[in-house]
Order: sequence, then structure tokens, then C-alpha cells
Amino acid sequence: MDWGSLDLELIAMQLFSGVALGAVFVMLALGLSIIFGMLGIVNFAHGNVFMVGAYAGVFVMERTGSFWAALLLGPLLVGALGLLVERFLIRPLAGRPPDDALLLTFGLGYVLVEGVRILFGSDGLPFATPEELSGVVDLGVGFFPIFRIFVIGVVALVLVALWVGLERTKVGLIVRAGARDPEILRVLGVDIERLWLWVFGLGIALAALGGVLAAPMRSVNPEMGNVVLGEAFAVTVIGGMGSLLGSVVAGLLAGIVVSMTALLAPEMASIAMFAFMALVLLVRPQGLFGKPGLGA
Amino acid sequence: MLEIDGLDAWYGASHVLHGLTFAVREGEILALIGRNGAGKTTTMKAVMGLIPKVGGRVRFLGQDLLGRPAHGRFSLGLGYVPEDRRIVPGLTVRENLKLGLLRAPSTIREGSAIAEIAETFPRLAERLDQVAVTMSGGEQQMLAIARALISRPKLILLDEPSEGIMPVLVEEMGGLFVSLRERGVTLLLVEQNVEWALNLADRAVIIDQGVVVHESSAAILRADSEIQDRYCAV
Repeated sequence: MDWGSLDLELIAMQLFSGVALGAVFVMLALGLSIIFGMLGIVNFAHGNVFMVGAYAGVFVMERTGSFWAALLLGPLLVGALGLLVERFLIRPLAGRPPDDALLLTFGLGYVLVEGVRILFGSDGLPFATPEELSGVVDLGVGFFPIFRIFVIGVVALVLVALWVGLERTKVGLIVRAGARDPEILRVLGVDIERLWLWVFGLGIALAALGGVLAAPMRSVNPEMGNVVLGEAFAVTVIGGMGSLLGSVVAGLLAGIVVSMTALLAPEMASIAMFAFMALVLLVRPQGLFGKPGLGA
Repeated sequence: MLEIDGLDAWYGASHVLHGLTFAVREGEILALIGRNGAGKTTTMKAVMGLIPKVGGRVRFLGQDLLGRPAHGRFSLGLGYVPEDRRIVPGLTVRENLKLGLLRAPSTIREGSAIAEIAETFPRLAERLDQVAVTMSGGEQQMLAIARALISRPKLILLDEPSEGIMPVLVEEMGGLFVSLRERGVTLLLVEQNVEWALNLADRAVIIDQGVVVHESSAAILRADSEIQDRYCAV
């Protein structure tokens, strides 16, 4: 390794790349975490929802020629699919052991992969960076791809919108209370099943948005969700299962860790996140923002 | 007002209520008493829709309750203060109160409703923006009652409100219940503190092993220490 070439500018650039990578992790982990926190379901199809999101983006972009339409409609389409899955596949499992829903999502992941293979073929598809977002910009420390800055910006916007929604609106109050004590909400007249439906749809749409955002940065293929699922799980475990703030902080940290490892020891990059998870769990078994002994 | 007619309830395989039958009359305080495990809490939960397996009939203001989902019972005018209070962790006192208003009649304005509650519960008024679970047990009990009251229910089900509360607060609570009755609110009061409950109540129902074993005016039961000893000794 040539340590001499490691100047501060390179490190700063890599840090930025890490944040962009982390931003996509955040979208995935938030969905995983919100679905687990509210519905108590570990969604094993989450990585493949991310993949389907990327394909939905490709699909919309081919039809409309607009990246913006893909960015908006892709997650909405996949989110709508999520609503159907919750209503007709997950809801009927209410009252049964949580393993049943877990198995269902596990199988659903395979169905999504095969479904995409049938519809779009087994080979990967190109997803070009939209013209208006391609190119690089001088950040003072170096040139940085505009699209990655855009990704960070979109995720930041989504996070602000989620925060305002959760902390400042009536629905947000219901969600926060529903994660802690759904039974008291029933008694106070809230249809908690309907809330779960929309929360599930939201979590799915966030993963799909992650897929659309990541598509120009990595190749779009039916297997792209497999690696991502492990990464998303690692992030939610690092952050603390069910903690939304944990998902955000852990997602960004994980992105930076992976990115810095790629710079310092490229051969270690793919396991860096899991080593980081092991380290965090040694110090805090409940994750950074998790509560000891509690699932949510 | 609330007619419970042949109510059965099960927890898993164990049959807890066996054809329970009694009624709550409009404008009264009815004390529901009995030993631990007699089925008092189960009765309340069944009325609120929190027991999955029930049978028989429960009517409130002429409407069938058991056929409705739990969330569809609130709007009929039912308030519930559970035994464990169920103050939502992480939320402030104000937010916990707002939960009581989520599905309240639209004629109730949030600002004036909270101001009214603050007047009734001065202890809560000082703590509106405090995280609710950091308050004392007594204050949390007041909040649980306030959260049930804020939607102006016609009937309130109170499950052991005096449990673990300082005597001075229990007295205060008794005064509140009497004034609620004067305002036309009906109360169903489950209590272990029999003496206190009988002093507040108009009528009393004793249940034992899931069936009604005694029903009379509170005054009659107050005077009958034999029945009290037989069914209420802890």
C-alpha cells in the first residue's frame, strides 16, 4: 500500500463518497426499522424491494424518458405494491407467530427476483446518470460527482420531511404512540390496522427510493438486492432495531466505514461493515440507539 | 346504559367470565368489586374490545358492542382508564392528552379541551411539556383519567384508579368522580379499596369466579360486612 498518496484531500473525497453511500443505506434501514418497530415484522424481502425499486425506476424512465418521473413514480408504484402485500398477505397472518410473517417475506423476496427475471431478463440493465445530474463539481478539496451530491440532498429532504411528519403532525403522533403501545390507541378510537398498512407502504417506498437513487451508481440486476439485504440488516442492528435515529446515524457511519476501508484496504471493503457491526455490538449489544432488552 | 348480558370471556384456554350479567345505569357510579382474579379487569377489557375471544351480548346506549372492532367503540362515548394506566413512554403529558383527542368529536377544540383539563388537574397543567412517564405514579394516574375524560365520554371505565396512590390523592380523585357524576358522566369503578369505592358509589356489583354473586345499593353493601368478608377479603 502506498501511504504516501493518502493526502487529506483524498480522505475528504472518500468521506463524501461514504456519506453518499450511507445515504442509500439510510433509506433501506429506515424502512426496515419502521416496519419492524410498528408491525414487529423483519422484512426479509427488503433487499429485493430495493432491487424492484431500481427496476421500477428503469421502467418509468424508459416509458417517460424522465429521471424525475422515475424518481417519483418508481417508489410510488413499489409502495402501492407494498400496500397490497400488507393487506392481502401479511394481514391474514395477524395473531400467528411472528415467524410466519418472516417466512412470508423470505419467500416473497424470491418471488420478486424471479418476477423481475421474467419481466426484464436475467442480465443487468444500464441506468445512465441523468444528463442534468452528470458531471462533477469542484468542492474545494477535489471534484465530486454531482449525482452523489444529489443523492445526499434527496435523502436529506426525505429525512426532514419524515422528521416534520413524525414530530409535528397528528399522524406522526399516532405513529410514535403506535410504536410503543398500539392497544391504547385502539381504545382511543384509532384503527391501528390501517396505520400499519400505511407504515408498511411507507417503509417499502423508502427502500424503493433507495433503489432508484442507487441505480446510476451500481449496476441494475436481479441479484442486486441480495448483498443489500445483509447491509441493511447490519445498519439497523448497528443503529438499534426499531430506532429511526439509529438507522440514520448508523447508515451514514456504515457508508463512511465502507468507503474509508475501500481507500485504505480495498480487499477488506466488503466485510468492513460487518466488522464494524461486530465492534459496535461488543460495546453496545443493543446497538447505538437501541434500548436494552427491547425489540423496539 | 351499559347492558352486559351473559358475557363469556377466555384467555387462551382458560374460561374467565361465565355468563356475566349486570347493567350500568345512566348517571350513576357503579362499583364493581371482587377478589383478585374474579374477572373485573377482564370484564372491562371485554367491553373495550381488548379480549379476542368473547361470547354473549354487550350493549351500550342500545348499540351492540361485541360486533364492533375496538376502535369503533370509542366514538360511542366510552372512556377507559386501564389498570396499568398505559401512559405512552417517550411522549409528553400534552401529547398523551392529544391521543385522547385523535378521534374525539370534531366539536371539541384541542386548545380549549386541554385548557379545561388543565383547570381540572392543576398538577398536570404545570407539567404539560414534561415527558409523562417521568411523573409520579399518582400524577400518571391523573393523566390516564384526563386522557379518558378529554373526549367527553358518556361512560368511563376505571380499573383500580386508587391502586398505589397517596391517600391525599385518592381523596382528591373521589371528589373528582363525584363531580363528574354531577355533570352527568356515568362511572363504572373497579376497586380493591372497597370501603372507598362503596362510599363513592350509588350501587355495587360483586363478582366471583366470573359470575355476579351480589348486586345492591352501595349503602346496603356497606352495612353488610358478612358479604363483604365473603367475597372481598383479599
